[in-house]
Amino acid sequence: MSTPGNLVDRHVDFVEALRRAGLSVSVAEDLDAATALGVVDLADRTQLRAAYAAALVKRQTQRAAFDTVFDLYFPAVLGMDVPGAGGTGGDAPGPSETAPPPHRDPELAQFRAQLQAALQAGDQEGLARLARGGVGRYGVVSGRTPGTQTWSRYATLNRVSPRTLLAALLEEALYGQERGGLAERVARTTLEARIARFEQLVETEVQRRLAEESGAERVAETAVRPSVERLDLLSATKQDLAAIRREIQPLARRLAARLTVEQRRGRRGPLDFRRTIRASLSSGGIPMQTVHRPRRPTKTDLVILCDVSESVTAFAHFTLLLVYALREQFTRVRVFAFVDDLDEVTDYFRPGTDLVEAVTRVGSEAKVRRWYGRTDYGRAFGVFAERHLDAITSRTSLLILGDARSNYGDPSIGALRAMTERARRAYWLNPERRAIWDTGDSCASQMDEVVPMVECRNLAQLGAFVRDLV
Amino acid sequence: MFASPDDARTRLAAAGYLADTATATTVFLAARLERPLLVEGPAGVGKTELAKAVAATTAAELIRLQCYEGLDESRALYEWNYKKQLLRIQAAPSDQAWEQTHDDIFTEEFLLTRPLLAAIRRAEPTVLLVDEIDKTDVEVEALLLEVLSDFQVTIPEMGTVAATRRPFVVLTSNANRELSEALKRRCLYLYIDYPDAERERDILLERVPGLPSALAEQVARAAATLRALELKKSPSLAESIDWARTLLALGIEHLDDTAMAATLGVVLKHVADHTRAVKELDLPV
Repeated sequence: MSTPGNLVDRHVDFVEALRRAGLSVSVAEDLDAATALGVVDLADRTQLRAAYAAALVKRQTQRAAFDTVFDLYFPAVLGMDVPGAGGTGGDAPGPSETAPPPHRDPELAQFRAQLQAALQAGDQEGLARLARGGVGRYGVVSGRTPGTQTWSRYATLNRVSPRTLLAALLEEALYGQERGGLAERVARTTLEARIARFEQLVETEVQRRLAEESGAERVAETAVRPSVERLDLLSATKQDLAAIRREIQPLARRLAARLTVEQRRGRRGPLDFRRTIRASLSSGGIPMQTVHRPRRPTKTDLVILCDVSESVTAFAHFTLLLVYALREQFTRVRVFAFVDDLDEVTDYFRPGTDLVEAVTRVGSEAKVRRWYGRTDYGRAFGVFAERHLDAITSRTSLLILGDARSNYGDPSIGALRAMTERARRAYWLNPERRAIWDTGDSCASQMDEVVPMVECRNLAQLGAFVRDLV
Repeated sequence: MFASPDDARTRLAAAGYLADTATATTVFLAARLERPLLVEGPAGVGKTELAKAVAATTAAELIRLQCYEGLDESRALYEWNYKKQLLRIQAAPSDQAWEQTHDDIFTEEFLLTRPLLAAIRRAEPTVLLVDEIDKTDVEVEALLLEVLSDFQVTIPEMGTVAATRRPFVVLTSNANRELSEALKRRCLYLYIDYPDAERERDILLERVPGLPSALAEQVARAAATLRALELKKSPSLAESIDWARTLLALGIEHLDDTAMAATLGVVLKHVADHTRAVKELDLPV
């Protein structure tokens, strides 16, 4: 471990690390935090965390990054020889590759039994202790250079495999009760949350050990994950996707609120005579301020063409979810999905239907695949121009979602041009980084000449685009 | 106001508000550092309740400014009583100089104080609650800045009114829009999320007298399960309290599939959420 230093140094380093992690900590907030340190109980880690969070984190999406950095700079324990849960205590002698297979390792069996008990009871302290011991004992892997060793979350979880305890835990929790239905679902949610908590603790512990070896600063650089708004839609993990989906409704609500305000503010309608006279009473009958009626808002007609092939589904889902959450902002929305054939899927999104389910049905039920299931923009545009061209009127905004990778097929620019010329406005949203447009089979710039193409890789960009669209 | 975070926690609990360590610490810090406290979180987790509990436990008066779109300074800060001023001008003797009248009508007597000014001028302990600040326009935030950082209000005709005793300020927001950096910088921040099942059980027991402990546990866990589904609107704490009350009133002692199906309307208020929950939890229709 680097020199412990005094509290002020630690504080300054911590604030610096937060800034590098993307939190904008002003000097005033820094001072607040320092003042707060003087009045809370420094030995109580929960209080310390709460005090720092209150002064420095002003946005909930940044909380995860804050917690990661906090755990690195103010770890719960110090040192490598953390007493484990087992009788022997201490760390494993060597890398886990040489360890016996799980079913023949009595120590591991004992560890798992303790873990099971802690998970069943929801014992926070016990879980934290087991995570520390578990990483020390089962998470040791050889480092990059021979002779060194390091710790790995993957190795720990692979060996301890807490998820495989779920069946036994459920069995125990539901003993004597009927399986299935509400009781099982409730127990499952609770236990899964606890297992996820344990996995989180293991990750924190691995990072803590790494930080002691190579300094908190180095680890913080790689350990902090981007906030949910900045997650890349194309490379998001399953958990990320769930987090993004949960963020869609609040995002739509924020957008809608802002749009109504802007619309109301933007243009003034005809004079409201009655209210002007009423307002003039406070200035002795002289109408000093005129009151106007709000203008009737104009709404957009939207036609969306989305590529639902494997490579970009996540992106198409989120765009559709956002558009449908904002349905009130549009007069009418029609959605067409395509891979190498094209089908209208508006009906899947009738009001009141479950959006997650609707999006899944688009992939499985709509006739979007014809031959190989590879995206063929040329064919999709051709079919649209032939069958559905009347969907686009002079009031329509046309929105195309896709990565512009046509698998070296003819992109059929003519059909695309015919579509865009009918529409009032047309946009193409591309979930790829701008830097890799035009590489490989991408014909981004060819399409860009006809339809302006916008990079849209995360929720923040998507939100900004939709706001401009309405 | 509070001696330590633990003191804050015990006294809030005495006022019927079960705070976790983070909440108690932040409330304590806000009081100690004399900073306004900005509370965010989903609807119905007890943001407004927190302000009320602080007022109750410190024997302070609660002054509430409910924000809405179009709120302006004449309804938040102060307003001149035009009618009375007009009467005063008309009633002035004809030989009185205009300067004299002018000085007369811009005095305390003609000032209508609104919540922010009222909170600042009080000499007794005060809790100022600015509720749902995200509903206001950006201009109102600018108005608040002077009040929140220096605890004073400048009235051009009269001068500056500084606080004799700083009120404890709580601002709540549902994050309908991002608040400005300037405002956030001046506040301490607290995010109240849905409580975990154990705390929710304790809150239910506290809030619903006569509720059996086992039923509270079941309601808390069922609420947590519903929140884990991807719903349009997750059940809030206020709604799960209603739910517990409903079950109690119906004389249901065990929350099983049938009971849940019958009372689901208390917690889920969208048709789509309702169908989704029935499907996911395999409830009888």
